[in-house]
Amino acid sequence: MSEQPGSSRRDWPLWEVFVRARRGLAHQHVGSLHAPDAAMALRNARDVYTRRGEGVSIWVVPSAAITASSPDEKDPFFDPPQDKVYRHPTFYDVPEGAKHL
Amino acid sequence: MYGNDDTGTAGGAPGAQDRDAKRRFDQLIAADQRIEPRDWMPDAYRKTLIRQIAQHAHSEIIGMQPEGNWITRAPSLRRKAILMAKVQDEAGHGLYLYSAAETLGVDRSELLDLLHVGKQKYSSIFNYPTLTWADVGAIGWLVDGAAIMNQVPLCRCSYGPYARAMVRICKEESFHQRQGYDILYTLSHGTPAQKAMAQDAVNRYWWPSLMMFGPPDDASSHSAQSAAWGIKRFSNDELRQRFVDISVPQAGVLGLSLPDDDLRWNAERGHYDFGPIDWDEFARVIRGDGPCNAERMRHRRQAHDDGAWVREAAQAYADKRERKHSDKHEDKHEDKHEDRLRQAEARAS
Repeated sequence: MSEQPGSSRRDWPLWEVFVRARRGLAHQHVGSLHAPDAAMALRNARDVYTRRGEGVSIWVVPSAAITASSPDEKDPFFDPPQDKVYRHPTFYDVPEGAKHL
Repeated sequence: MYGNDDTGTAGGAPGAQDRDAKRRFDQLIAADQRIEPRDWMPDAYRKTLIRQIAQHAHSEIIGMQPEGNWITRAPSLRRKAILMAKVQDEAGHGLYLYSAAETLGVDRSELLDLLHVGKQKYSSIFNYPTLTWADVGAIGWLVDGAAIMNQVPLCRCSYGPYARAMVRICKEESFHQRQGYDILYTLSHGTPAQKAMAQDAVNRYWWPSLMMFGPPDDASSHSAQSAAWGIKRFSNDELRQRFVDISVPQAGVLGLSLPDDDLRWNAERGHYDFGPIDWDEFARVIRGDGPCNAERMRHRRQAHDDGAWVREAAQAYADKRERKHSDKHEDKHEDKHEDRLRQAEARAS
């Protein structure tokens, strides 16, 4: 984004915030925030995203460090599994009488 | 910023991709699926969302002012702690929303600049003053109540990050509404003077709250397209009617009246009829001639300017740490290099 004329400001970098809701669960993306460094990002994430006991652990990751697949989720990138239906258990007919399969 | 492209997987002819992308967008909307930040979207969709989310974010942070006005004068420590938590929530809501707007490719500082020069708006309700403690209650009950009515359908908005922000906000808003109702209930069951104060607050906030749903459907310029895009799920008038219908019995429980002589149950419609809204007042306040427009903007700009040194200090500290960190790194490299030289010399001698 272009700087305002006469402004010497440099914006704080953006961080993505991941919160583990409780033990036994994976961290989940909850949102993002701006902070000058990792320590401030953590503190701000705590204040913004866990005011009501929503988490027991927080990760902050610089947004710029995330590499994403192409925006188009129907990309050929994701195609291969679609034609390998035999990877799903429902592909197979279970013979009558066979149990616990 | 929403992830960097892995250039290894990008490919295909751009022209054909654009056509496909437009078709895919339309299909997703038709199937009531969510649009995500990196999806292709029409410029007008992006612009509409930025305008709406920014206005919403601005409303959250400007909304801290009328309530912040009473933090130092809350009638008890308990009420004060609750009000502080509520005002802190509003700041958090602003942040969720600015973050959602940023996924559309704008910068938060850019949006704040637009607010500060008056090029983007916030909800006109916050241009009314909080004259008494009861006003804090009326804002919680009516203003937050109207906001919830508007916001719950936005949890299913077609733009993913906006919808997700609204889920978080709605959860927190119900605390806001109940604390307001609690304040009014306590006052309306207190001394006659306290009850009169509660009634006066409701009298002043009722009509502006009805205006929060925006102009009537036949005069609302953005509604049709927003509905087609799945941004807006219900019309302004539908939501307003729903708000009136649930508020009348709530006012009954408070033992307070609503300032509208035309307010009565219409059995045929199954809704409450209510009197005409003063849309001239609405237009006046939006235009900038409300009771507190100038004060709100002045205060916002000043808070932003007064906070500049904090932002700069935090940045300077981060820069210093980074410099130290990289110096240390270089030192280590040099140490290793020297070690190797010494070892080489020892072997040679």
